[in-house]
Amino acid sequence: MEALELARWQFGITTVYHFIFVPLTLGLSVLVAILQSFYYRTGDIHYKRLTKYFGKLFVIIFTLGIVTGIVQEFQFGMNWSEYSRFVGDIFGIPLAIEALMAFFIESTFLGLWIFGWNRLPKAVHLACIWLVAIASNLSAVWILMANSWMQVPVGYEIVGGRAELADFVAILLNERLLVQMPHTILAGFITGGLFVLGMSAWMMIRKQQTEIFLKSAKIALVFTAVASILTATTGHDQAQDTVQTQPMKMAAMEGLWDTEEPASFSLFALIDQEERTSMREVRLPYMLSVLAHNNLTSEVRGMNELQAEMEEKHGPGDYIPPVAIVYWSFRIMVGLGFLFIIISIRGLWLWWRGTLEQHTRFQKATIIMMFLAFVANTAGWIVAEMGRQPWVVYELLLTADGVSPSVFESSIWITMIGFTIVYGILAVAAFYLVYYYGKQGAPEEQEGVETNLHTY
Amino acid sequence: MDLQTIWFILIAVLFIGYFFLEGFDFGVGILMPFVSRDEVDRRVTLNTIGPFWDANEVWLITAGGAMFAAFPHWYATMFSGFYLPLFLILLALIVRAVGFEFRSKLKERWWRVTADQFVFWGSAVPAFLWGVALTNIVMGLPIGDDMNFTGTLAALLNPYALLGGLVSLIMFTLHGALFLSLRTTGEMKERVEKVARAMWAPAGLVLLLFAALGYRHTVLFEELGLIPGTLPMITIVAFIAAFVFMQIYRFGWAFAATGATIVFGTIVAFQGLYPVVMPSSLSEDFHLTVYNASSSDLTLTIMSFVALIFVPIILAYQGWSYWVFRQRVTRDAIPRD
Ligand code: HDD
Ligand code: HEM
Ligand code: HEM
Repeated sequence: MEALELARWQFGITTVYHFIFVPLTLGLSVLVAILQSFYYRTGDIHYKRLTKYFGKLFVIIFTLGIVTGIVQEFQFGMNWSEYSRFVGDIFGIPLAIEALMAFFIESTFLGLWIFGWNRLPKAVHLACIWLVAIASNLSAVWILMANSWMQVPVGYEIVGGRAELADFVAILLNERLLVQMPHTILAGFITGGLFVLGMSAWMMIRKQQTEIFLKSAKIALVFTAVASILTATTGHDQAQDTVQTQPMKMAAMEGLWDTEEPASFSLFALIDQEERTSMREVRLPYMLSVLAHNNLTSEVRGMNELQAEMEEKHGPGDYIPPVAIVYWSFRIMVGLGFLFIIISIRGLWLWWRGTLEQHTRFQKATIIMMFLAFVANTAGWIVAEMGRQPWVVYELLLTADGVSPSVFESSIWITMIGFTIVYGILAVAAFYLVYYYGKQGAPEEQEGVETNLHTY
Repeated sequence: MDLQTIWFILIAVLFIGYFFLEGFDFGVGILMPFVSRDEVDRRVTLNTIGPFWDANEVWLITAGGAMFAAFPHWYATMFSGFYLPLFLILLALIVRAVGFEFRSKLKERWWRVTADQFVFWGSAVPAFLWGVALTNIVMGLPIGDDMNFTGTLAALLNPYALLGGLVSLIMFTLHGALFLSLRTTGEMKERVEKVARAMWAPAGLVLLLFAALGYRHTVLFEELGLIPGTLPMITIVAFIAAFVFMQIYRFGWAFAATGATIVFGTIVAFQGLYPVVMPSSLSEDFHLTVYNASSSDLTLTIMSFVALIFVPIILAYQGWSYWVFRQRVTRDAIPRD
């Protein structure tokens, strides 16, 4: 493999890994804050026990988010120095603001929350976890502003071979950001919701503290149901934006080689990238036109036409992304999205019937869903990032031109193997800790006695 | 003052904040195995920095982000040039954070012993490598005309840079010992006070050697002349003051003094560089300066407003968190398991 491919693998591995923990942080921080708010309002000790239980798990997960996040912050410069030079003027702003505005709040107030149970007045202490939750989600907004600019560059000027900022407001209000941010954050809420639901279900299956965990299960069900419906609708918005802004990605998501009008939605296809054809297709007529433009008849352009157009604009080259991966990742994400909606509505129905705590089959299903949320997130990012290839900044900079010229292949091998091993070990440790503390159930708590979440 | 200069100063401030704050957590991590007599002591040392270390680390993350935004070429050249040392720093920061957070989660001995190793190496390695990196920058690196580093790892590990690493390692450890003396009680407090007092002389020796050899190895002192200017003098005075305060058992003041040594030492380095940010040892024409490495004025202006609003707020709530946790950590505060 050459340096470029290695750098791409490394980026893919480290970012996907970071994004296992991030969505969980986005959702779980809010849920822990909600649980503590219930305790604050009702004084019901069960909510305090739940806050402690999920708070402990949250801190374990958060730690991994932090340590893998630091790698993210540095690896643009390490592996993608030419990319950093090209985009720094614009891309650096959200990154720096993210640290100033979000990471400082998260880290300081998480410390105050963990160690401040017996030092801070109750309302102040509650405010700390809300600040952590808000700041986590704010950090996502800023990083997504950076990413959405790579997807749809706006507000820039090319000066001396690099992109310079021309209009900051345009970047703040990038239409891409306005669809990508809600979708990603809501996906994080699904992830957190399914986590709380799955862990609660696990406790109920074990007949351990059923009364307590029924409460968290109900909160999580409402949360997940709302988030999963909104994720689907914002995903639809996002797809419509993609048709306009990155038609090649959309065509790849659909395995659509030739322009169609009206366009049909593909359910199944075997894609042959070399021959530029798809085989054994199962298609739903008109549906892609609906997905793309909200009407039955409009045209959706295919990859062959777009390739020709790109060649005309940017010179000879292969502008078609890895179609099969993008195509299947999209189907996995959307399929899971609908599954999550069905599951959460089924859960609400069981709650209504009053059989939520006995229905073991449903409970087992939610445990599986808890893991599938990560699959859906990863699939979504693979669509977004691989579908953008060969560009790293759409139509401005090729991925191949972004890589660091001064870094040796051997160095990238060392770091890639190093990170992979360490990340692998961390994953096992974190998984085990979540299992270990999960199994113990909600800790005993006394009224009026405050102990810290943990002591080092 | 132009925007480029303001941002050069701000980035210096972020690194200074980072070295001052994370400097003592590195010191605490390095000293943890040596000043603890038993399991409870080890947990006491870790809890002295429990609520703080993560926020201290964000100073580095912010410095990285601010470099990216304000001086993309500096960010790109430095991070791709220091590829393997940075990788080691990142690995160290990863295992260190995990060591802190996961250590007391399980009772098994092997688990805690491993975590202790993580905390120690995770603190010692970056404490050393930041010194190596900063010394290399001041010395100049083989940077070509396309702004990219052209050397190898061996070039970064030259003896003078390694001495620079030793300086930061020993200074951070001393600073950490003094921090521990402010945050602990009883025998532990006496022990760390002893350690701090014993460390002063060796630290002074390393510092002296580093400064003396600096005249040969860097451009910094050529510019300063034989009689150093005000800032290096303050650094030296602060370092001596630390000794005096320790003699009269004023450990709070001594901590302030080692802090001042770190702060002013870093200022000397940055001031010596300005307006260059990454000197090239190949040719003066290839230097990265605040002007040829910077972002556009518009970006710098926007970032200035952002910094103006957020930095004071951050300082306020970080200060508040130190106030909330101002009590010393006692052995009784550690749950028995
Ligand atoms: C739990 C996770 C999850 C679920 C259930 C869904 N998504 Fe998603 N999706 C994401 C998690 C995600 C993500 C990880 O958050 C992505 C990656 C990039 C982004 O902006 O969000 C994403 C991206 C993404 C894109 C953007 C690709 C691009 O152009 O860059 C589209 C078109 C959709 N989604 C559409 C959908 C639809 C129609 C869904 C129907 C149910 C859906 N997603 C469910
Ligand atoms: C956190 C969720 C994200 C995931 C899971 C993700 C995933 C990926 C993957 C898998 C690639 C490799 C594509 C390929 O090589 O074919 C990639 C490329 C890239 N992504 Fe993302 N990405 C994420 C978010 C971001 C964000 C927020 C940014 C910017 C701030 C970003 C910047 C990049 C860059 C610079 C590349 C270029 C390297 C390459 O093409 O291989 N990514 N990403
Ligand atoms: C959509 C993509 C991303 C989102 C939503 C996101 C969000 C977050 C969140 C919420 C955290 C808080 C800690 C935690 O999660 O446990 C975090 C940590 C971090 N992320 Fe990401 N991130 C993304 C991708 C990236 C990328 C591409 C970078 C690189 C610039 C990055 C840099 C960081 C850093 C430096 C931290 C550690 C902060 C700390 O100490 O608290 N993230 N990220």
